[in-house]
Amino acid sequence: MKKILLMVLAASVTWTVNAKEIVKERSIYRNVVIVEEGDLRCMRFETRRRQITNQACMDMTDSNRLVFEYAHGALAAYAINPQPKRILVLGLGGGTLSNVLHELSPEAEIVNVDIDPVVVKLAKQYFDYREDERVTSEIKDGRVYVKRAMLKKEKFDWIILDAFNGDYIPEHLMTREFLTEVKSLLNEGGVLSANTFSNSLLYDYESVTYQNVFGKLHIFKAPTKGNRVIFACNCDFEKFPEFDQQLAQRVKKYGVDLAKVWSRISDRVDWNTDSQILTDQYSPANLLKQQN
Amino acid sequence: MKKATILLLAFSAGFSIMCFQLLGGRMLAPYFGSSVYVWGSIITVFMLALSIGYLSGGKFSLYKPNLIRYGGIFVSAALTLLPTIFFSESIFEFVFQRIEDPRYGSLVASTLIFLVPSIIMGMIAPYSVRILTVSADSSGHTAGFLYFVSTMGSAIGTILTSFYLVLWLEVNQILWLTFSTLFIAGCLAWIVSSIDKNAAQPSVA
Repeated sequence: MKKILLMVLAASVTWTVNAKEIVKERSIYRNVVIVEEGDLRCMRFETRRRQITNQACMDMTDSNRLVFEYAHGALAAYAINPQPKRILVLGLGGGTLSNVLHELSPEAEIVNVDIDPVVVKLAKQYFDYREDERVTSEIKDGRVYVKRAMLKKEKFDWIILDAFNGDYIPEHLMTREFLTEVKSLLNEGGVLSANTFSNSLLYDYESVTYQNVFGKLHIFKAPTKGNRVIFACNCDFEKFPEFDQQLAQRVKKYGVDLAKVWSRISDRVDWNTDSQILTDQYSPANLLKQQN
Repeated sequence: MKKATILLLAFSAGFSIMCFQLLGGRMLAPYFGSSVYVWGSIITVFMLALSIGYLSGGKFSLYKPNLIRYGGIFVSAALTLLPTIFFSESIFEFVFQRIEDPRYGSLVASTLIFLVPSIIMGMIAPYSVRILTVSADSSGHTAGFLYFVSTMGSAIGTILTSFYLVLWLEVNQILWLTFSTLFIAGCLAWIVSSIDKNAAQPSVA
């Protein structure tokens, strides 16, 4: 056991040492760096902390392979709403997920929103993120985009919330008011999939907040990392759809083992339901994340 | 007694202003995001307000400076917080619907909500110097000590709000706390002023 631990430790150390920095670009928020190691190319926000979170990763030998486990999980949303016509992604990262969605739903209109113009630029340059007449990017704060979209009475069939990878959580994207706004953008039968955390005290607070707004939730827990994907729907969502063999075939080429994903989706309420709901008035997400 | 009161009041003013400023970021985020320029707007408005406050507080102190007026500044500052508590959401919504660019949106919204209370809070520093100063020789010392006390208040207001208060309370509850701090401070100035007068009268007679 000790030996394995040592090996894992050694491997993670080599990863940080050997990862070669390809480019570093300054944005108004931070320095964004692109690193490469082996076949992987990743985007990171520069930090001096030992724990490094990759914002996006791409397999250079197979640019369509979804590297992150949570992205595998997110694709399960296709079972709930098989033919989304309009998809909103809050938090672009490298844009790999957007590329995959564009391939799976070539007719769908995809709007990617990211606060940082440098992230969008680097996604295009280094992660092969493709824009065209159906895939567009908006440089905006997610909350601001959602509020404007409400004014314009826009609707989406699938909203993907993927803004919580960084070291600092945008607290205004965690509140009941925000989720209510997001819900109002969903068409009848529209789906929300949110990539968030599965540890710390925040887990309870966040879960009750989603539950308060959407009612029934189904959750995919990533096998190795502390991530989860919350699924919510603007529909009757008592049961998660049956495993879809056809869908499994379609997503196989992106390295997704859909059967494995299904085995990790559950509607079990394993959080403290007495936790306080996060609101615009009360949203200390970053402080809660540090408490266990 | 009078000196201790003024120092305590200067401390609470410093405390309140930073508490208020930090909450500003939270209040604007749902409408304009939490980008750097939102913080840029908030800090710009506060700095502008303080500079106007220092100027007008200094002018105001030329005109029969006393504890009653000093307390009046605190109570007015408290009262101008009330629109923030009751109307900030609808005002932010109003601005959001009219100004698309979140930079100017947040600047206009901060001006509407934060400018007036912070101008009045800015008046406190020079006015405190005036009522505490006994001679021109010691005026630098007095001013220095007052800035020390009120800036300490700001430091404590900042850390307390950002580390703990937001975890314990809702934004509006913290605003009510700031309101009470300023209001009670103002009343304290009035009470000390009347005690001073009562104490002074027998010696005249």
